[in-house]
Amino acid sequence: MRQPLPPAEEAERADGAPAPAVAAPRRRPLLRAVLGLLLPAALLVLWHVLSTAGVFSAVQLPAPLAVLEAGIGLLAGGDLWTHVGISTQRVLIGFVVGAGLGLVAGSFIGLSRWGSTLVGPTIGAFRAVPSLAWVPLLLLWIGLGEDSKVTLVAIGAFFPVYTTVSAALQHVDRNLIEAARAFGLHGLRLLTTVQLPAVMPSVISGLRLALAQAWLFLVAAELLGASMGLGWLLTDSQNNGRTDRLLLAIVLLAVLGKISDALLGVFEKWAVKKWA
Amino acid sequence: MSTSQLSPAPPTAPDTSKRAFAVAFEHVGKAFPAGRETHHVLQDVDVTARPGEVLAILGPSGCGKSTLLRAAAGLDTASAGRVLIDGTPVAGIDPRCAVAFQEPRLLPWRSVRENVRLGLPRGLPRPEGDAAIDDLLRLVGLTAHADHRPRAISGGMAQRASLARALARNPGVLLLDEPFGALDALTRLQMQDLLLTIHAAQPTTVLLVTHDVDEALQLADRIVVLGRTGPTAPASISTVLAVPGERPRDRASEVLAELRVQLLGHLGVDAHHPATR
Repeated sequence: MRQPLPPAEEAERADGAPAPAVAAPRRRPLLRAVLGLLLPAALLVLWHVLSTAGVFSAVQLPAPLAVLEAGIGLLAGGDLWTHVGISTQRVLIGFVVGAGLGLVAGSFIGLSRWGSTLVGPTIGAFRAVPSLAWVPLLLLWIGLGEDSKVTLVAIGAFFPVYTTVSAALQHVDRNLIEAARAFGLHGLRLLTTVQLPAVMPSVISGLRLALAQAWLFLVAAELLGASMGLGWLLTDSQNNGRTDRLLLAIVLLAVLGKISDALLGVFEKWAVKKWA
Repeated sequence: MSTSQLSPAPPTAPDTSKRAFAVAFEHVGKAFPAGRETHHVLQDVDVTARPGEVLAILGPSGCGKSTLLRAAAGLDTASAGRVLIDGTPVAGIDPRCAVAFQEPRLLPWRSVRENVRLGLPRGLPRPEGDAAIDDLLRLVGLTAHADHRPRAISGGMAQRASLARALARNPGVLLLDEPFGALDALTRLQMQDLLLTIHAAQPTTVLLVTHDVDEALQLADRIVVLGRTGPTAPASISTVLAVPGERPRDRASEVLAELRVQLLGHLGVDAHHPATR
């Protein structure tokens, strides 16, 4: 009563051993990172050349070194950490709240026919409202404080998670669900044991989209009503003609967005290995 | 768990393992709406499986065999009649039943062991559950593959894991929906022998849906043949046959060969046997 063993290769892959043939850059993460930095370095050089050769004035395009100096200046005054800190905090809180609510609402709409019939269209309509349209209303209702900004970020993070989760849940293998039901699983236990793990890849791609949206909505919130944060730094620099600080804020937003996305990417790798 | 022949049962565990319930189908019918009309699949199926019996339900594709089984499991409701298990009607998913499907239907992200755990009754203490899983994995010969993911094992192994998961529920009725139908011919024979071993270790009532005449003859105490009188008529029981002989049965037995010819005749297949020509 013994079955023949499966092909060794398959067994190995399941154990997480590396597959034999992989493309060269993938095998060397360091080389990959260096290759990925080539283009930003070239852009930096181009920026330097354009600004120092007199193609643009210093007000239009300050040199990279000037931007760096502006950063050091802000850092010395202690303001830079305040801006970066408060912006990151707003994004994190808003992202967690929005994505969490998106997961709950997406699960409800994706699993309940009544939910998707009654509530689905309304959420779809809210989704169609452009992000900036919320800002005046939120300022009026919640005021200038932290809550209105975090709420706007949460709105931004909510929809990508909600959409991907509710759509994916409708396409979970019916056979698996039926088998689990036959073993007495239902409701929340069925959701956490079968349905959510089955849509894990969609959930994570939804989370990554949500994070990108969260940064987008953060800048929108801070541009229009804030006294600190990277978005406020943008408007303030514009008003004072500090193009160097303006560019600094843009670079910082890019770096922060990339770092947070990379962290989520690490989580994605772990989750895909665990759930796929 | 009653794997006492293979391993000593834990002394503290209550012996609830010798569960075997009668399953009574009382004038069961099933109809589906098809446009404006109603499509009758099953009509007036009336048969009782005795406690501990292996009852095979044999019939051509699409005759409603699986529908009967799903009605017993509570996955589907009959549109006429009712199903009684141990004298009480089935309403919703029935904790006294466990199902194994034609496909293994294992959760791909869980190991074989954790898939079997899914079958355990709720509220079983962890150490007892672990012991039960170990016993079951030994019973179906998957101890060495307990930590593999389903995609890393063969189709036959996956089906054995599916059987172990069903047995983990300690069912009074084991419902098997063409469980070996998707396996290759040799593996299927091995799995039939395994099912006999399992039934010896856990002598529960087994309802086995199959379209394989030889499988029914090899495994069943009695065979219920479903058939329909015309192309649009609903299926009903055309005959019930008792299969003689202790299991495991001689696959080359002449008595079984006679029965095979009879059964094929009921299914409308020419056996090309001299006596029937």
